[in-house]
Amino acid sequence: MITARQKTGLVFFPAFDWAISPTHPEREERLLYTQDQVFEEGLFDIEGISEFKPDLVTVNDVQRVHFCVPDPWAVMTESHFISAGGAKTIGMAVMDKKVERGFALVRPPGHHAMRVVHGSRGFCAVNIEAIMIEFLRAAYKVRRVAIVDTDCHHGDGTQDIYWHDPDTLFISLHQDGRTLYPGTGFTNELGGPNATGMTINIPLPPHTGDEGFLSVMREAVLPILQEFKPELVVNSAGQDNHFSDPITNMNFSAQGYATLTDLLKPDICVLEGGYSIEGALPYVNVGLILALAGVDYSRVREPAYDPDRIRQPAMVTARIAETCKEVLSLWDQRQRLRDRAGEAGDLATRERTVFYDTDNIVERQKETVRVCRDCGGAWKVDSSSDRQKRILAVHIPRHACRACQQAGYDWFEQAPTDGFDRVFLQDRTKDQFRIKGLQPSGA
Amino acid sequence: MIIGLDVGGTHADVVLLGTEGLVASAKVPTDANDLFHTVLRGLEEITAGVPPETINRIVLSTTLTTNAIVQGQVPPVGMIVSGGPGIDPALFRTNEHYFTVGGAIDHRGRIVEAVDPRDIKTIAKRLRREGIRQVGVVGKFSVRNPVHEVEIARILGDEFDKIFLGHRVAGSLNFPRRIATTYLNAAVHPMHKQFFLAVQRSLNEKGLSVPIRILKADGGNMQFAASIDFPAQTILSGPAASVMGSLAFAPDEDEALVFDIGGTTTDMAILVNGVPLLDPAGIELGGFKTLIRALETHSIGMGGDSAVRVENGELKIGPERRGPAMAYGGPVPTPTDAMFVLGLIRSGGREAAQAGISALAAQLGTTPEVAAERIFDGACRSIIDAAEAMVARVNSKPVYTVHEMLEGHTVKPRKILVLGGPALYFAHRLEEMSGYRVGVIPRWKVANAIGAALARTTCEVTVFADTERGIATAPEENYTENVGSRFSGEEAVQLAYRLLRDKAARLGGTAEAHEVEVVENLQFNMVRGFYTSGKNIRVRVQVKPGLIQDYDPVAGRLTD
Repeated sequence: MITARQKTGLVFFPAFDWAISPTHPEREERLLYTQDQVFEEGLFDIEGISEFKPDLVTVNDVQRVHFCVPDPWAVMTESHFISAGGAKTIGMAVMDKKVERGFALVRPPGHHAMRVVHGSRGFCAVNIEAIMIEFLRAAYKVRRVAIVDTDCHHGDGTQDIYWHDPDTLFISLHQDGRTLYPGTGFTNELGGPNATGMTINIPLPPHTGDEGFLSVMREAVLPILQEFKPELVVNSAGQDNHFSDPITNMNFSAQGYATLTDLLKPDICVLEGGYSIEGALPYVNVGLILALAGVDYSRVREPAYDPDRIRQPAMVTARIAETCKEVLSLWDQRQRLRDRAGEAGDLATRERTVFYDTDNIVERQKETVRVCRDCGGAWKVDSSSDRQKRILAVHIPRHACRACQQAGYDWFEQAPTDGFDRVFLQDRTKDQFRIKGLQPSGA
Repeated sequence: MIIGLDVGGTHADVVLLGTEGLVASAKVPTDANDLFHTVLRGLEEITAGVPPETINRIVLSTTLTTNAIVQGQVPPVGMIVSGGPGIDPALFRTNEHYFTVGGAIDHRGRIVEAVDPRDIKTIAKRLRREGIRQVGVVGKFSVRNPVHEVEIARILGDEFDKIFLGHRVAGSLNFPRRIATTYLNAAVHPMHKQFFLAVQRSLNEKGLSVPIRILKADGGNMQFAASIDFPAQTILSGPAASVMGSLAFAPDEDEALVFDIGGTTTDMAILVNGVPLLDPAGIELGGFKTLIRALETHSIGMGGDSAVRVENGELKIGPERRGPAMAYGGPVPTPTDAMFVLGLIRSGGREAAQAGISALAAQLGTTPEVAAERIFDGACRSIIDAAEAMVARVNSKPVYTVHEMLEGHTVKPRKILVLGGPALYFAHRLEEMSGYRVGVIPRWKVANAIGAALARTTCEVTVFADTERGIATAPEENYTENVGSRFSGEEAVQLAYRLLRDKAARLGGTAEAHEVEVVENLQFNMVRGFYTSGKNIRVRVQVKPGLIQDYDPVAGRLTD
């Protein structure tokens, strides 16, 4: 009999009746062969591995993170409620100590979903990791959380959500934004003035292989985590760095993914992308589950595995070493960078455009954040889309100081309702979500 | 007429049923060391004076294979396992002569690595040298493509008594369970065959030439001749016999719990619209997790004879049994003794019961009557709690579609059916405590034997089609056909039903329309690039557990 060294929980929700569109990569078939492999290997029979049925998330859970325009029902399908619910179920199982580690093998994914949601982008509507984390913070008083995003695409949604949060360390490893969607995630994206250095981007050149990923883990990610001392490590476990993935250009293997998991020792993994549904996912997921549970994974190998064909070029190795050096240096300077980012009480603003590729929506944002040295700082986003929706999103962070709470309320109260379709207030100190608006839902 | 016989741990029950209802019943003590004699004695008692030609059906439920597995009394057999990449197949070792070999098939049934015939020949030589007569051959993903198992069997040739192939024992995916199931089939094969051949021969000598049937753990039966290929399906048929015996009295369009309350344990099952729920995984027995179909049952160490004691001022009931109730000469007080004190049972040694309960009452600092109440309530409470936990477990089983997640059926039983020795006495209190309606199964003393007698022949067929590879296959049925790109889900269901009818006939049943159902029906478009390259279809159909139709009226008359 095989026994797991760490009690490990799984939520498996392949959503066999849900697709973005019939031939979309995010379709019914995506986890079919993974299910076959997981069942055939008998993983659920391993002593210490247990399967949980997901709960659905509530609208409150969603609104702890997102400002959905005009409301959650307009941008989410049932499958999103279940997928986020799967992450939440696993998070609760870990916090309740039913299991030591957990993996939400669910779809659809979520790491491209930002704070304001007008629709889907990068196959994501809501950020399932963030919904889980903010639930755990509200229910279990977790404070310091690290998210390590190992999806091949930059986790720009998660980055956006935690841009101003000094309690959340977000590290994204991904294929260089100059060569892949969403085109962001460079080393100089470090977080807002109240959380500078808490966003860490490690762009990797195309053809990065096992050697490169594992060296980034050992040289950069693990030392940084050790210093940050998170209470919870969450892995956005995208699987599209695999050498056989059809929409990316990396050389990572199932063994590599399992070893990465073994090194990272995440408390919770949440599946993100990965579209080599036959050649990679079945093997990567088996390796990942075995590694999480502390069961020997050395014999997990995908049929097309040929170490010579996917060996990482020397140039790539050199580039990665440089990037790691730069990232570590920025991490060491984070306090100085934050101090230089603004004076307490200043209002820092930025403007940008967000494109929702899945739903073909263009959003314009103007963000204002109160620079604060006592808390994460209140912020507001004035957001309008080319679908003629304009909203104001106001956020008061969990441990907001009195001044930031006041600023948040002032923004909310003083916002003219005739200028916006909706004005939202997300007051995390009270775990409250308030809406001001003249027009009824769906108008 | 029909004979049903169920061998239990202490005695064997046997009934004779005719169109008029229960004609006769008998009870003979079980001799665990000589089950053959036990079965024969039971059959002799029930057929005494009955003309052999009036018997047209004999169904046996025995503990033969169960006991052998639990006690490890099985002969050495050979296991040849082809794993391929993944978890090291050496970790799934079932027995001494267990060999892992090369060869790999992937999740779609494509060959990744061939089997090396030289390895198989070497192993065959060694098995022969060591006197091995049964061999199990199992490959990972063999239910997607059995070619390696078939190839290995071919190389092994005809020098063994019996070779069991993994893809024939069950259609579902689970390599370690397939290994364990194949091993158990090989291991119990010789004793199963020898035993029932002997029973059949003895019956023939008495002029009873009707082929015997054997009860399975899923509450169905199969003819002896067919059981030779799947002897392990007969393990743990005991709990199924009782559940089937309760079916005749179960509501047709509602949900009910069945409690078989015995001396040592209470076994429970769930009926939905008169059909018992099946365990989606398979039997676990003697440390083996298998793919053997079984009713979803749960057993707790709580019965009329559970030992009662006081520990640190707290009342403890069960799970062990130290003997009969003190009222019947046992060593320690039991819930049965409590029922004596409460005046629920009257025949027996009330004084001994009173003495036992009084001693406990002294430790608890209360009166014997109060102590007896608490014991009796405690026993009922733990049975109800276990049943509610079982229902919750069934309802929390994961599902994989949005539809099932949102619209899935939730089991909410409203009735409890009880049977077993102390059941009659428990019924009233169970009803008060649970709020369910509680009914006592008529003829509960022989309900297990009646269940065996009236169970229909059950079976299951899994069809897997992959139109990109151009195949439709039913691995358990040894069936593969080439199909075109237009092969549809509907055709797959039709194929599955056709194979199910053939299989049922082989096993001795019918698979009539009201007995069958589609258990799983999934169809996926396989998209490669931006076009659909084929369909991946999975269909599972079954003959549900139930009672044979001709005898429906009989069941109705059993209440007389």
